[in-house]
Amino acid sequence: MSSATITSEQGAPATPERTGQPAAATGDRLFRLLTGGAAWLVLILLLGAAGSMAWGGREAFQTFGWSFITSKDWDAVGHQFGALVPIYGTIVSSVIAMIVAVPISFGIATFLAEVAPRWMRGPIGMAIELLAAVPSIIYGMWGLFVFAPFMSEHVEPWVTEHWATLPVIGVLFDGPPIGIGMLTAGIILGIMTIPFISSVMRDVFQAIPPALRESAFALGATPWEVVCKVTLPHTRSAVMGAIFLGLGRALGETMAVTFVLGNAHDFSLSLLMPGNSIAAAIANEFTEADSPIYHSALIALGFLLFVVTFIVLAIAKFMLLRIERKGR
Amino acid sequence: MSRQPMNPIVRRRQITNAIALVLATGATLFGLLWLVWILWTTVTQGASALSPALFTQMTPPPGEEGGLLNAFYGSAVMILLAIVVGTPIGILAGTYLSEFGKTSVLAETIRFINDILLSAPSIVVGLFIYELVVTTTGHFSGYAGGLALGMILLPVVVRTTDEALRLIPNQLREAGLALGLPQWKVVGYVIYRSASTGIATGVLLGVARISGETAPLLFTALNNQYWSTDLSAPMANVPVVIFQYAMSPYDSWHALAWAGAFVVTAFVLALSIAVRLFLRPRSFK
Repeated sequence: MSSATITSEQGAPATPERTGQPAAATGDRLFRLLTGGAAWLVLILLLGAAGSMAWGGREAFQTFGWSFITSKDWDAVGHQFGALVPIYGTIVSSVIAMIVAVPISFGIATFLAEVAPRWMRGPIGMAIELLAAVPSIIYGMWGLFVFAPFMSEHVEPWVTEHWATLPVIGVLFDGPPIGIGMLTAGIILGIMTIPFISSVMRDVFQAIPPALRESAFALGATPWEVVCKVTLPHTRSAVMGAIFLGLGRALGETMAVTFVLGNAHDFSLSLLMPGNSIAAAIANEFTEADSPIYHSALIALGFLLFVVTFIVLAIAKFMLLRIERKGR
Repeated sequence: MSRQPMNPIVRRRQITNAIALVLATGATLFGLLWLVWILWTTVTQGASALSPALFTQMTPPPGEEGGLLNAFYGSAVMILLAIVVGTPIGILAGTYLSEFGKTSVLAETIRFINDILLSAPSIVVGLFIYELVVTTTGHFSGYAGGLALGMILLPVVVRTTDEALRLIPNQLREAGLALGLPQWKVVGYVIYRSASTGIATGVLLGVARISGETAPLLFTALNNQYWSTDLSAPMANVPVVIFQYAMSPYDSWHALAWAGAFVVTAFVLALSIAVRLFLRPRSFK
């Protein structure tokens, strides 16, 4: 982020007038056309993706209308498709992911800003970023073979025993400790989003004007007070942007959750029961979809996912842009 | 303990501070723990399944011995295709943003959209290419897989090119233009050369990212159990093979999936670390 804050005034000077040099002018015009065309292609790709999915999903949207979102019947044989279960699963697993990732990422950013000695910041920051480089399918496999058994043996029995009796929220934790389900998927999603959130937070924490921090220290503030009362208020919108960025990632993540969600289309409030998510449903069922309406329903799901992640990522971008402007 | 009686408020603030910083350190260790745990699993499970056959034999039917040669080949070909498609377009678009568009509304819009594409769900890219290529040609193909990967690579290259070019000091452009060079020559011969490290970083990080991408290949390249060099037919690739084998009930397939996972992770991490250590563009700052 910080490298992008080079001001625009330093950009290239405007194309100078080149009267009397037809060859050079033609070359420049061609070059401009070529690069401009490539830039437009980025816009066209996004519109094309949205358009093609709206088109592919039109049959499902027309047939089922609003019940596509509100109904929980997902019956491939009877051609009835309501996506409430995957939509619910996407939202719940992403919420769990944020509950895991946000405090941890804030801790990491605080550690890198106030605790770690200077020589340690680079290597630790890089190690956390490597978490983001690990392909998501590796998270999925690790989740299925290592983490799900760990959850079912050590964590879920404890959770059921201690939390299932709580009023109101108890129902969330009442279920068989099979390891596969929303809770496991949400935690894995959380681990995956930690590097995205924490690296942005670290960058904005480091970009705050040193004078602000130094004056707070000079007044006798402790490092924690500096983070809470100076750094955080100053970078509030960027921190929210980082969280939304992570949320956007979590909503659309496919492979990591496909392994551990269990691909169930039965609605269950319990976080320990197998569930589904939009991305996982598409990944699991798309090549098996045997009727046009089934296909269309899955593409319509993709369209919903695309629209929701677009909105979330756009909010993230706006919030991050605000602090960039402030820094200029 | 303290030499003079301490103001209780100061004391409470310092205790809060100590607790908070210990928690922050704990959070960092917690984050690193997962990296270590995941890598440890991949290395131990993958290394025990490594064998020369992995690189010399085809993907086997259940219960038989085999390797992943066709999958490695397919992945390599599709990644190459993605680079061939994504890199030139990405560099050109990045050039437009930095050299022509600058801070115009159009350029800022494209930057905005590009950043969203950068984080957009990769399964959606798969669906888009399915609609675009697979539906129109009527069958799954290596071309579709390569295009899907290219579409994920593209925004990475656009962004890093844009940033790398904007780091080049303006005097370089002015010097070139003052010599009477047309702008395309200034960019082509001077600016690209100065920014080559930055652009290479972007391409390599993008390659690291698409090497492990599974979701966009599921319904574009699909998979192929046999050796195939035909890009217009379904093509084997490592991520989808890992997915199918890991979800299967067979132990021999699980072992192959771990071996594949190990090779992919090692490749991706080695590439990411090497790029970060050797290529980070820090000049001109």
